Amino acid sequence: MMSPEVFADYALMIAFVAVSVSQLLAMVRLVIGPGAGDRILALDTMVINGIGLIVLVGLYQGTQVYFEAALIFAMLGFVSTVAYARFLLRGDIIE
Amino acid sequence: MSLLLIVALPFLGALLPGILNSAGRQACAGGTLAVTLTALIGLISNIPDLMAGEVITQRFEWLPALGLNVTLMLDPLGAFFAALILGIGTLIIIYGRYYLSRNDNMGEFFTYLLLFQGAMVGIVLSDNILLLLVFWELTSLSSFLLIGYWKHLPEGRQGARMALTVTGMGGLAMIGGMMILGQIAGSYDLSVILQNREAIQSSDLYVPALILILLGCFTKSAQFPFHFWLPHAMAAPTPVSAYLHSATMVKAGIFLMARMWPVLSGTPEWFYIVTTAGLITMVLGAVIALFKHDLKALLAFSTVSHLGLITMLLGTGTAFGVLTAVFHILNHATFKAALFMSAGIVDHEAHTRDIRRLGGLRHLMPITAAIATVAALSMAGIPLFNGFISKEMMLEETLETQLFGPHWLVPAIATFGALFSAAYSFRFIVHTFFGPKRDDYPGHPHDPNKGMWFSPALLVTLVVIIGVAPFLVEPLVKTVAGAVLGGVYAVPDYHLAIWHGFKPPLYMSMIAVAGGLILLAMHKGAQAAWDATPRPEAKTIFEGIIAFFAGLAEKITATLHDGAFTRYAAILSLTITALAGHAWMTGNSGGRVFEPQPMTEVALLGWVALVAATLFLVFKHRDRLVALILMGIIGTVVSVGFAYFSAPDLAMTQISVEVVTIILMLLALNFLPDVTPAESSAGHKLGNAVVAVLGGLGAAALTYHLLLGDFVQNSISEYHLANSYKGGGGTNVVNVILVDFRGFDTFGEIIVLGIAALVIYALTETLLNGPVRARLLNRVPDKPLAGDRHPTMMVVLTRIMMPVVLLVGVYIFLRGHNEPGGGFIAGLVVAIAVVMQYMASGFAWASDRQRYPYHGIIGAGVLAAGLTGIGAWFTGHEFLTSSFGYFRIPPMEKFELASAMGFDLGVFLAVVGAVMLSLESFSRLARRAHVPDSDYPMDIDPSREEETPNQEGAA
Repeated sequence: MMSPEVFADYALMIAFVAVSVSQLLAMVRLVIGPGAGDRILALDTMVINGIGLIVLVGLYQGTQVYFEAALIFAMLGFVSTVAYARFLLRGDIIE
Repeated sequence: MSLLLIVALPFLGALLPGILNSAGRQACAGGTLAVTLTALIGLISNIPDLMAGEVITQRFEWLPALGLNVTLMLDPLGAFFAALILGIGTLIIIYGRYYLSRNDNMGEFFTYLLLFQGAMVGIVLSDNILLLLVFWELTSLSSFLLIGYWKHLPEGRQGARMALTVTGMGGLAMIGGMMILGQIAGSYDLSVILQNREAIQSSDLYVPALILILLGCFTKSAQFPFHFWLPHAMAAPTPVSAYLHSATMVKAGIFLMARMWPVLSGTPEWFYIVTTAGLITMVLGAVIALFKHDLKALLAFSTVSHLGLITMLLGTGTAFGVLTAVFHILNHATFKAALFMSAGIVDHEAHTRDIRRLGGLRHLMPITAAIATVAALSMAGIPLFNGFISKEMMLEETLETQLFGPHWLVPAIATFGALFSAAYSFRFIVHTFFGPKRDDYPGHPHDPNKGMWFSPALLVTLVVIIGVAPFLVEPLVKTVAGAVLGGVYAVPDYHLAIWHGFKPPLYMSMIAVAGGLILLAMHKGAQAAWDATPRPEAKTIFEGIIAFFAGLAEKITATLHDGAFTRYAAILSLTITALAGHAWMTGNSGGRVFEPQPMTEVALLGWVALVAATLFLVFKHRDRLVALILMGIIGTVVSVGFAYFSAPDLAMTQISVEVVTIILMLLALNFLPDVTPAESSAGHKLGNAVVAVLGGLGAAALTYHLLLGDFVQNSISEYHLANSYKGGGGTNVVNVILVDFRGFDTFGEIIVLGIAALVIYALTETLLNGPVRARLLNRVPDKPLAGDRHPTMMVVLTRIMMPVVLLVGVYIFLRGHNEPGGGFIAGLVVAIAVVMQYMASGFAWASDRQRYPYHGIIGAGVLAAGLTGIGAWFTGHEFLTSSFGYFRIPPMEKFELASAMGFDLGVFLAVVGAVMLSLESFSRLARRAHVPDSDYPMDIDPSREEETPNQEGAA
């Protein structure tokens, strides 16, 4: 029977690996494109993975300090994605 | 009246003319006159004490650590000059009231005049030489404003610039001289310096100090070779010329030489420099004056000549020379101010100052003619007028002066100068007022009303009184001369009198007058000869020198700063690399202290992402949108990196800055082509690549070394960590640094931020009001448009997010002092919350709902921060010292209130305002004419009954 601490360590490790791999894959998508839309979505995914990484780092280090950073990222990160998208579709992001 | 009040009155009174301007010209001039008269009466109230032999002083500490204190001293010399400044000032104000036309802004004029007056009074009453320097510079500045008063005249602006350049440079030199003098004497107080004659004159630094101080005096008093600015300053209105350029400002240099006379004079250096400069100036000015056709130019050069005469007298270093100089200062002020005012009257009535177009005016304007004739005769040195007596004494003094060998040299030169002086005075009278009446004057000359001739008339009355009964002013002149001599010599036992018997000075005078008459008779021929002689033109030389330096500066700037970013980046990288390399080679550095941390997979991932994005950017940077997306990755990785390396404040700042930057860039990209054209050659690219790699490797090596080594000096972080809570009342050191330790920095930064935003706004306004406006309005998108303008989903989402984001903003702001956060981050977060609404519902809709202009928010922020800083004064602390305390409002927990929060609020507001103002300005540029503003928050609203508003659709 695994103790809860060890279980949490494994879970963290798996989470790190998963988020990192998806971050890399998003990176690949961003490089190969082919369209600007693909790249914007890739960037958005990278932002989400970045939030994940910040939360994981906080869990790993056992501190809450980073949660605000993650919160702000989550709250505002989408704004730039929307802005990119609006730019692609409309040219002018504030019409 | 207290000395401080006398000095302060003109400065305080300078507000009056502006206020009274709208009440009419009479009120405006009256107010100014009242200020000057009050100061004059205040000065006179001190005369009894002065007569009793007292020196009145007043002292306030200002910056005692620098030796700069407000110490004022009234001795006979200071009182004499102050009386001249305020007395003639009174007359000038009366004259100026009638001289200025209705088109001139009288309030502005009198404000400048009073500022100048205050500065002059400050100079003559200062006991501290640093304070004196402050006033000295103020006279340069205020005279700049006065000379350039007629801003529409290019001569006025050029003359003002030239005067400011020359006197400003002299002032700069003088600061150096005064510093040396203060160092030698061990005090910046004149009263101390004046006691240290031996110490100063025996010091090795005496000669540099002397030269530097004399540079200041000579530039101010228009001595050769700096005499050229004075005639060009004549573009000023005549009251200014009469006041500044005959009676007061140009005498400031003379005053200072007289003030410093006890400690600086009497050495060979003083004698040779001052006497020679004075003699040359005197003759040169007199000769040039004769051939000038402009009445004011003639008077200007004559002033140069007379200033030279006074300088020469001070240079001789004898008690008699000083006595004569003081007497001539008085005489010159009376007759020259009267002459300038007469010239102004002629100009005012005949509409020309060109002496060739004048003549015969004695029939048309008899009063003016009488005044001008008396004054000019005094200037020529004719008996019964005051100029005669001092000129006589000057000639007598030259007989005793031996310069460069032969003993007849100085008297001969002086007589020569006096001869020309007589000639131009006669020419002034004869060519303007005598001769037949002409019928081609540009105006209709007639005597002005008495307001205008009252002042010069009063002055020529003095000219005659002193000329006939010089013994009346003898006590005055002797007391002042005694103050100049400062006990080094006794005041000579000489009586000011018209008649001293048949002596050499009288013969010299007779030669001068007779020669002057002869020269006038043959003026035509002499003028032709003068015009035919090539001469160096001072203005051309001056402008050449200025143009040379301007060109040099431009060349250097254009080489280093040519507008291409690659060039700045290359210069910066190479310089830093070279400096770092030099430091590495020559300096010593601490060894390796730390072991590298083990590399984690997560860190490696971040590194790979960063490097990959950067490399990809190098190849794809021509596609601007892709470049921007790649920058987004870099920003994301950096943000996560900050969090990973335990800097949550930085992470939060980075995230919000990223968002704002991307929005700003996208707004700008809207106006730019999608692709950057390839412009650089292969060689250029290679060079840039080398520089980039060099800089990158250097930075990496340096970082590696620094991270593994220890600091050579103790880091300031320790101090910050130790004092953050104790001194700043906060546990978040980053925030305490921003709002407390380095609060002054932050204060400056939010001001700069506000200025930058306002500049963006101003540029936008200029663009939108210019010819570009039509092009912007009629812009057609270069791509087909897809989707909705204001999609319902986005509108709904941003409305829901708005309160959440605002709440987070407030939370981050409030806890910022103790936990990660603060005004800056909160400002960015709130700004993004607002921008979201702009993006969702459009510019017009959002602007309609914006109640407070963003400029106002910036201003409120700067004010809040500044007021918080000033608040510290009331608790007896320095600017921006924060105080804090703990409070409890039941039933809540105990909480902390720190004054830093007010400051942080200022930061918050300034950031919100600046970000929003810049984004809004950019977005205003994108408005197009044929796209109607939407009245609704979203294009399709199911709850709305009417038809969907006009859509542009996919074109």
